[in-house]
Amino acid sequence: MTLPPSAIAIRGLCKSYGKAEVLHDIDLEIARGATTCLIGPSGSGKSTLLRCIAFLEEATRGTILIDGQPLGFEERPDGKRVRLPPHRIRAVRAGIGMVFQQFNLWPHMTALGNVTEALVTVKGLSRAEADARGMAQLRRVGLEARARHYPSELSGGQQQRVAIARALALEPAILLFDEPTASLDPELTGEVLNVMRDLGAEGMTMVVVTHEIGFAATVGQRIAFLDHGRVLLNGTPGELFAAPRHPRLTQFLETYLDRGAAMLLQPA
Amino acid sequence: MSFDVSVVLAALPAILSGLKVTLGIWLAAAAMGVVLGFVVAALRHFGPAPLGLALRLVVEVLRGTPFLVQIFLLYFGGPYVGLSLDPVPAGLLGLTVYAAAYFSEIFRAGFAAVPRGHVEAAHCVGLTRAQIVRRILVPEMTMLVLPQCVNMAVILVKETAVLSVIAVPEATGVISAIGSQQYAFLEALFLLAVIYWGLVEACGWAGRMIERRLSKFRFA
Repeated sequence: MTLPPSAIAIRGLCKSYGKAEVLHDIDLEIARGATTCLIGPSGSGKSTLLRCIAFLEEATRGTILIDGQPLGFEERPDGKRVRLPPHRIRAVRAGIGMVFQQFNLWPHMTALGNVTEALVTVKGLSRAEADARGMAQLRRVGLEARARHYPSELSGGQQQRVAIARALALEPAILLFDEPTASLDPELTGEVLNVMRDLGAEGMTMVVVTHEIGFAATVGQRIAFLDHGRVLLNGTPGELFAAPRHPRLTQFLETYLDRGAAMLLQPA
Repeated sequence: MSFDVSVVLAALPAILSGLKVTLGIWLAAAAMGVVLGFVVAALRHFGPAPLGLALRLVVEVLRGTPFLVQIFLLYFGGPYVGLSLDPVPAGLLGLTVYAAAYFSEIFRAGFAAVPRGHVEAAHCVGLTRAQIVRRILVPEMTMLVLPQCVNMAVILVKETAVLSVIAVPEATGVISAIGSQQYAFLEALFLLAVIYWGLVEACGWAGRMIERRLSKFRFA
């Protein structure tokens, strides 16, 4: 048992699409109140792993515990893996917020409408109360003034910040980010990363799939390096990036030489 | 040969009554076609697979045969299976079913075109399946398919002319009859062309108004 107890505990997780197994027996503990970055080459399974934690993909085997509660499936003492009833799945998922690469804002709702939708539809709050809470979240991401704008009237960076506010509105204990800046140009990337940095500083538990190695190295407290569906390395940025470095990680980082991560390759 | 539309226009009350029937059948068939088409598309998208397959077959047949043939089959073939309808109800039913087939295809494509991520985002914030359909899928699909729906309405107004073959007293039947009584075929046809074109323009204009109002909801 790790101390402090993990926000997310992943045990023996496997995920297959037909015959192709994309996650092999993943064991991973995600620390509470910390930012964990999942890095790795394309096809390494990092997004699939994150989507399993969001229960957007159902793992083929293994368990995921969110604050000790099983997500989606439970392993019985006799070894049988059973799917939990919808209300129990929903209850555990409620503690998890998700931010997507493509923002996925609903185009027919304003920024505020996107943020308040679940507060009204799911939580049953009054319009006024939901709006007040929604505005507070938009303020948190610096977009109070854009509340009445539709997604099409916002920049990519602003849309992603609205998407973060939407996830925050339900007050989740864990926020998942699936390559949140991969669709943004460098300038807009900065504004989104700043919001994420602030959230990390506030002690939000975050799991971030990212290609922003610089962000991972500076903001991530833990980094898991995935390769071919396995967690190859898992530790603090210092442990991972300091020499002697795992050869596979060095090989991966070399692809970032032209992308501002050269400093990571300097001999320690 | 002289060209004098006033000969035809002299029968204005008859023309207006024909126009009224055309408008009535058009709007009613379009409205009911939209509703029926939506139900069919929803059943195909969310319903059990065998039902979806059966509906698909019906839609394919309706889209794969000329409306003229369908309306003849309904009006003259209907009585053999116990469906004897007067011209107007037969025309209305035929055009509604024909419209529903096309609208259902439009809606089906619309449902499929809503990005998967928008549904996933809704799942992540805890919306139920029914809430996702009502709050996300249907509104987004509607925005996507609006231009095609306007286009379909334009096609429908022209298809009402076909109903003259089963003696529905709509504009084409009435006005061409006047034309033959007055020996003014060309004038009658000219007048008909102007009327249909006017209706189509009005429909297109209405569509553009709605689209403009919805434009800020467009996909980012």
